[in-house]
Amino acid sequence: MTASSPIATTVKTTCPYCGVGCGVLATPQADGSVTIAGDPDHPANFGRLCSKGAALGETLSLDSRLLHPEIDGKRVSWDEALDLVASTFSRVIAEHGPEAVAFYGSGQLLTEDYYVANKLMKGFIGASNIDTNSRLCMASSVAGHKRAFGADTVPGNYEDIELADLVVLVGSNLAWCHPVIYQRLAAAKALRPEMRIVLVDPRRTMTADISDLHLPLGADGDSALFVGLLRALHEAGKVDARFVADHTQDFTGALDIAEDWTVDRVAEATGVAVADIAKFYDWFGATEKVVTIFSQGVNQSASGTDKVNAIINCHLATGRIGRPGLGPFSITGQPNAMGGREVGGLANMLAAHMDFDPVAVDRVGRFWGSNNVATQPGLKAVDLFRAVRSGQIKALWIMATNPVDSMPEADEVREALRTCPFVVVSEMNADTDTVREAHVRLPAAGWGEKDGTVTNSERRITRQRPFLSLPGDAQPDWWIVSQIAQRMGFGAAFSYTGPGEIFAEHAALSAFENDGRRDFNLAGLIGANYETLPPVQWPVREHGTARMFGDGRFFGPNRKSRFVAIIPPPPLAPPPGQLTLNTGRVRDHWHTMTRTGKSSRLGAHIAEPFAEIHPKDATRLGIKRATLVRLENRHGSATVRALITDRQRPGAVFVPMHWTDRFSSNGRVDALVTAKADPFSGQPALKMADIIAAPARVVRYGFAVSRSEIVPGDASYWASARTPDGFRTELAWDEAGDWEARARALFGVPAGTAMLTLRDERSGRMSFALFDGTHLRFALYLSPDPVLVSRQWAVNLLGLPVADVTTRSRVLAGRPGADVPDPGPIVCACHSVGMKTILKAIEGGCSTVEAVGAATKAGTNCGSCRAEIRPLLAKLQPAG
Amino acid sequence: MAEKLVIIGNGMAPGRALEKLFELVPGQFDVTIFNAEPRVNYDRIMLSPVLAGEKSFDDIVIHGDAWYIKHGIMLYKGCKVTAIDRETKTVTAVNGITASYDRLIIATGSVPFIIPVPGKDLAGVLTYRDLDDVNAMMIAARAGGRAVVIGGGLLGLEAAAGLKEQGMDVTVIHVMPWLMERQLDAAGGTYLADALRSRGINVMTSANTKQILGDKRVSGLELADGTIVPADIVVMAVGIRPNAGLAKEAGIIVNRGIVTDATMITSDPSIYALGECAEVDGQVFGLVAPLYDQAGILARQLAGDVEARFAPVATATRLKVTGINVYSAGDFATGDDREDIVLSDESAGVYKRVVLRDDKVIGTVLYGETTDGPWFFDLMKDGRAANDLRDTLIFGESFEDVAELDAYGGRCSIAG
Repeated sequence: MTASSPIATTVKTTCPYCGVGCGVLATPQADGSVTIAGDPDHPANFGRLCSKGAALGETLSLDSRLLHPEIDGKRVSWDEALDLVASTFSRVIAEHGPEAVAFYGSGQLLTEDYYVANKLMKGFIGASNIDTNSRLCMASSVAGHKRAFGADTVPGNYEDIELADLVVLVGSNLAWCHPVIYQRLAAAKALRPEMRIVLVDPRRTMTADISDLHLPLGADGDSALFVGLLRALHEAGKVDARFVADHTQDFTGALDIAEDWTVDRVAEATGVAVADIAKFYDWFGATEKVVTIFSQGVNQSASGTDKVNAIINCHLATGRIGRPGLGPFSITGQPNAMGGREVGGLANMLAAHMDFDPVAVDRVGRFWGSNNVATQPGLKAVDLFRAVRSGQIKALWIMATNPVDSMPEADEVREALRTCPFVVVSEMNADTDTVREAHVRLPAAGWGEKDGTVTNSERRITRQRPFLSLPGDAQPDWWIVSQIAQRMGFGAAFSYTGPGEIFAEHAALSAFENDGRRDFNLAGLIGANYETLPPVQWPVREHGTARMFGDGRFFGPNRKSRFVAIIPPPPLAPPPGQLTLNTGRVRDHWHTMTRTGKSSRLGAHIAEPFAEIHPKDATRLGIKRATLVRLENRHGSATVRALITDRQRPGAVFVPMHWTDRFSSNGRVDALVTAKADPFSGQPALKMADIIAAPARVVRYGFAVSRSEIVPGDASYWASARTPDGFRTELAWDEAGDWEARARALFGVPAGTAMLTLRDERSGRMSFALFDGTHLRFALYLSPDPVLVSRQWAVNLLGLPVADVTTRSRVLAGRPGADVPDPGPIVCACHSVGMKTILKAIEGGCSTVEAVGAATKAGTNCGSCRAEIRPLLAKLQPAG
Repeated sequence: MAEKLVIIGNGMAPGRALEKLFELVPGQFDVTIFNAEPRVNYDRIMLSPVLAGEKSFDDIVIHGDAWYIKHGIMLYKGCKVTAIDRETKTVTAVNGITASYDRLIIATGSVPFIIPVPGKDLAGVLTYRDLDDVNAMMIAARAGGRAVVIGGGLLGLEAAAGLKEQGMDVTVIHVMPWLMERQLDAAGGTYLADALRSRGINVMTSANTKQILGDKRVSGLELADGTIVPADIVVMAVGIRPNAGLAKEAGIIVNRGIVTDATMITSDPSIYALGECAEVDGQVFGLVAPLYDQAGILARQLAGDVEARFAPVATATRLKVTGINVYSAGDFATGDDREDIVLSDESAGVYKRVVLRDDKVIGTVLYGETTDGPWFFDLMKDGRAANDLRDTLIFGESFEDVAELDAYGGRCSIAG
């Protein structure tokens, strides 16, 4: 076999998206494309993939990649860039001390990258100002675990979710945010219909689809719900007195406070009906095998750590932890949030699950061969960027993340970067809202090029393996960090030649002087074959560990766990006239869309930012269906589409976190989030900002499909997404004008070129289009109301050559004639199946999700859309 | 004893009237027809395809000889009536043939309008009215050369296209700023001129003919601005006049045409006028649809339905030039009470305009893409409210029953 052999080689790797950590089989093809499939042998997914994972092959193109180092926007050599970064950091440290520099990393970094960055900051620079976007994701779970267990340990595994008789989902929209876990849960429930699922969420998300009970509680009502549950369990005699006595402490303190939390009081505090709360408490009490899954709805709160402990308290009280089919379960949002925790890549950890006690500092110093190890925690994300803004931090290095969009008070963060004397960004993308603010841009390797390990939500370490060569000058993050460390004079400690060497050191540190009091221990992986390392759950002494705490031995004093006395916060209600802003993810997008934004399949489901608003609020505020709404508070503003739905709770709006200035005019919702953080974890409350909402001023709405990206010009709103043959863009203008001239400007059409036009001056509806031969270059539809256009039909036009004049001019109609089928908006991203196709199948007699799948292929690949097909069936079929 | 019905003229309108009459009261009339043309009834509208070489005369015959025999009709071909004697109720033809009538229908049609310019009588100045004109043009075309068509209306353009088809160099001279100004708006007329030019026909608008040049035979044409256009033949297609001379001589009241009321009866209660020669309630008609309507009314009157009245309705026109589709109907003048929906695809040569008043279609001009013309025309005639159709109205009938777009997916980019 030669290097140019066309024989495809399949590489086992791990998905770069959420914390489920699915195994992926990547097979590069002779034509340069890469075939993606789920790894049937990987214990996280057993071959399943969600819509995002399945579309990974569409995200690997080199367009919009950062391929060369840049200083002030000019291409330079690695030497120039590295020298400048190293010398500037060294100079700032010399002049202002080690606290004057900071790193801000990411849950997308591999464990090896993370390890090296943490080692440089805490071991050699000698300060702890390294924090990451994991602070925004699961810091409260870390803090809650440490308070309860004495260590940041996730007790169970995914199999427990399938084995449980009751699964409680708290602040977790599994169907969209962790679709493969949702699929595993749905499949288990299909096999055992007696299995119960309770959804605790202010919104009736798509996950409600498989839930037996939905508790639509108000923002931050979770603590009250679980403190009340502790009381109810005690009242019902469900407390495992023996477990509590032998393996816990401080139960009485927690129970004393809980005594006041009757069901009535919980109902008052959460806004949930008494009967529903009582039902939930009964189910929980009566069911031994309970798994409580919690995610960002719990973590992203000013009382997130307390919520975590309120949940864990109930599992400790009943002794339901560490055994098959039960336990509290934090599901993380990022592919390697867990790996970051393991290496200590957060400002309040030192390394390898060790804190800043003098013994640990000394031990780590000896292991690293440094006498300059940081002795105290550094600044957590919110405070870190405030310190940048105040000038305390003078040199900042951001790795693989986009805080200008994802941090709360994001406009302040942007301002902080603009005032910071020296900002370095190592990134795979050439243009993000954060990259735009960087002085030095360092091209980093991306998924498919990187080589290392990640850890998923069930403590499972899996290799992420390369199957593509490094493009341009791109280098892995560990290499970049090591190069800087060497140039800062720490060469001996950073002479790594590959990630295997780093992993071995990481494993060795975890085992170094580990007497079993430290949960994180990879002793069994020291000297393991890194290249062939199979997925394994830590701790690994001789072999991996499926569950922790089954023996009742925790990591607190006397190997006990601890109850935390939780005082539920008063119910959070927005000031009169305002709404509570909830933020989160959608099914087919990921973070700030730097990767998912490249996929046309993933852009088809939801292609613009939106606000879910309850019909009552919409009526009161005069917000009409599918119009644009302006959200505003003292921190900033956003303009998004109004999605009026009773899935939303009155008084609250939900806006996805994904849209940035790259994809929309004003969709950075984190600009409106108040940077208020949990006192224990420092995790900001990303789901609880007060805002006002009002109809946006619009004189014309527009929708366009085009082969090239548009030039939005004076549009007051735009949101753009990729399609298979170009782009789709929603538009709006708040001032009247010369529409033909605007059309020409949007698509760069010179004045002499005749466009196809349709004008109905009186109604204000207009269409413009242009063909290059038989291929549509663009079509633009304008209307005073939200433009009625079959989006999917228009998107498809870009790929269909048109020869006859009738079909040409019909492009202006914005929808197919009765003689052409309209697929409707895309529901199934994997097979591009539209809503109308699905409805037609249901009308044609398909009565189950499976039958719809057999007829249309919808929902037969990743299954993420099955939760959306089921309501369509219910709507069309009269209840029988 | 059957009543004696005599018809002067054998065009499409009397042909239709007879069909109706035989249907209503078979055998009640003994029919005699005098046809100035030496032939049976044919489809005059289809002369342009004949000129273009796409059809033969046989293809466009409406009533063949057998039909006349079957109905016992006495048809005199090539037999022009020269006098009507109302006293004796007889008509006399050129060759002395006479026929007496109980009732008489004058259906003498129209004559081409000849603009009174010097040179109008030169050899090679032709008109475009009947099969003889077509034959004359086809013979002239055989020699090749240059043809000038005066008149950019329906007939003139069809003649121009036919002559071009026959291999001549053709120039259209039109006095108005755009072609077919009675049927098209300025934009439609411009599209049409472009299409004609692209197939090699020279079009000159706002062009006023000063004189036709030539000595015995046409050699050219001079415009008011002094431009000389060389020509081997000149076809005048600037309009028609009702052919009412015979009636006038007989003392029947004639204005522009032979005056009738809505019953089609002239000032003489035994005599009817029908077709292009008739002026019904002050209006003369040149398109086939209203003439056929007149024929129907006349047949009913003859059959004893004295209540039958002709009421003109809007008409639609189509240009019959292969590869050029033009359709227009109704009222498409601009005005404050009018609302236009206009589609244009200049590079593909498509222009569609629908005019609305009070949410109803009152007119349409279609160029290039005319399939939906009759549908618009129906909407117009039915007076149907178009507000529900408005978004897709211009795209025609196949969008009439198009499904509603979704609440969200059809209005924004969220599959809600």
